[in-house]
Amino acid sequence: MPCGSAKKTMMKRESISIRIDTARCDGDMACMRVCPTEAIRVRGSKARIIESRCITCGECIRVCQTRAISAVTASFADVSRFDYVVALPSPVLYGQFGRGVTPDRILAALEKGGFDCACDLTLACEAVNAAIEQYVRRYRGPRPLISCFCPTAIRLIQVRYPELLEQVLPIESPKEFMAREIRKTKARELRLREDRIGIVYLTPCPAKMLDIVGHPSKEKSDIDGVIAISDIYRTVLSLLPISGRGEHGERTRMSGVGMSWAILGGQTTFLKPENCLAVDGLRNVVRILNDIEIGKLRDVDYVECHTCPDGCVSGSLLVENPYVARARILGILGQLGTKPCRSERERAELYESEDFVVERRLTAQLQGPLDLDVSRAIGKIRRLEEIRQSLPNINCGACGAPSCAAFAEDVVREEAQLSDCVLLALEQLRSGQTKVWDVPPAEGHSTPDEGKEP
Amino acid sequence: MRRGQTPMTEEGAFRRNFEVLGEDFYNAGRVSTEIKEILQQVGVAATTVRRVAIAAYEAEMNVVMYARRGTVCLELTPELVHLLVRDEGPGIEDIELAMQEGYSTATERMREMGFGAGMGLPNIQKNSDRLVIHSTAGVGTEVEIEVRF
Repeated sequence: MPCGSAKKTMMKRESISIRIDTARCDGDMACMRVCPTEAIRVRGSKARIIESRCITCGECIRVCQTRAISAVTASFADVSRFDYVVALPSPVLYGQFGRGVTPDRILAALEKGGFDCACDLTLACEAVNAAIEQYVRRYRGPRPLISCFCPTAIRLIQVRYPELLEQVLPIESPKEFMAREIRKTKARELRLREDRIGIVYLTPCPAKMLDIVGHPSKEKSDIDGVIAISDIYRTVLSLLPISGRGEHGERTRMSGVGMSWAILGGQTTFLKPENCLAVDGLRNVVRILNDIEIGKLRDVDYVECHTCPDGCVSGSLLVENPYVARARILGILGQLGTKPCRSERERAELYESEDFVVERRLTAQLQGPLDLDVSRAIGKIRRLEEIRQSLPNINCGACGAPSCAAFAEDVVREEAQLSDCVLLALEQLRSGQTKVWDVPPAEGHSTPDEGKEP
Repeated sequence: MRRGQTPMTEEGAFRRNFEVLGEDFYNAGRVSTEIKEILQQVGVAATTVRRVAIAAYEAEMNVVMYARRGTVCLELTPELVHLLVRDEGPGIEDIELAMQEGYSTATERMREMGFGAGMGLPNIQKNSDRLVIHSTAGVGTEVEIEVRF
């Protein structure tokens, strides 16, 4: 499949799955302004990500005009080392093409394009719905449980709400569950060694990549590679067959309950609607996590969190307009119906017989304190406050930090100098406290385009 | 035994005041979030941060629900967090009664919004190491909260 660029596979543990190509970066501050966790600085006309603050939401990828910011994903060439390659597309893929393009035709196009097999994930999603239902029913710990399937939301909890990690649902994701099953089945069927089978997840966002390289609950993920849906889109579009797979175009068995994972609320099908919340959009997720942290919402069983609006259907590595994609998903849902594949009793039996519960290995990822010594840290926070009050507090961003408060912290952490504040420097010049030649040059660079920011 | 509990020398402490407006439900919780961020920057243990956040939130909510306006004075030393929440409002008639779980003078409207379960002050007590309340009916209330590290 001639897809993707020359991006390298990275299967080593990484803390973030977004990277900036410094050569392409033109110093535009759009990424810095849009970043919800103030993780980007633009200094010397180059953007840089502070990894300990990044939650891989992908907002910076969306706004980067020069395409200098990209998700670290694999290409098809990276997984060609396997004897047999299975594609596991996120169900949101089905909403990316025109009306009438059935999931069967999309799966068939993937197989024509070079994957040995393309597997639908909706049945696995429904199985995980059953696991959520059963786990919530048996759970006696602090409530509410928080969904674990949006890696950006998880990362947000690790970075800002470490106390809530114990409330994160310890259930395997549908893609991991499916990957484990399919590897066993295919190895048996094809008489191949399990490690000769490559399993590739087609992702709607960069964060799912993180989920796999730094898997939160086990040493090694069962997924061998992750490819962006935007990277395979054109290939699939050009190879869409008239009918589904096989000579007679047989229909793939799918689940409507599982299909609803593509949009908000898909995980809570089997829960009491009055006892669960489905929250989308980063700002709203932050509000909900704040509420949970201060002990509100104890009467809620389950909170489904998505940092993208309306869930995965608006992931940053998708192509179609999210509203159009959502309508298409609803169309597919209408055809599939919402009748579960299993009765309540069968779901309880499934939960007993399969390993859905995973060991939780999530750890706090807090940015280090201002100082390891508490007394000194308090001294620094006082200095931070003094600096903040001396700044213009209009958040112009010209210093390369997204807000005056972030800049003050950078100064205290010795990552920026007070003289980087353009307005402060200007004020000093006007009042005659400094002469132009007293202003020290900005650190580490002397590019003339420093002056291009207003 | 709790005498001299706040060694507030100029060099050792960090102080900051926050304003809280009565009936400002929209911004309710902002002060406790800011306090939490300050504690995280200082490197206070996560469990302690959560205790302070809960106590601060409840105190802040009391101002929002009952008073005209108030201030939260944060004082942070290497040993403890001290919050002094002062408000101008109706005051508390019977502090002992107000400390009982489930006791509340919240209006019907507040209860409809999910507040006024009578857990505010007991919750502060649970999440702090020292709680002192002074109140004059018709004038206002002063709540002093201390959480040690």
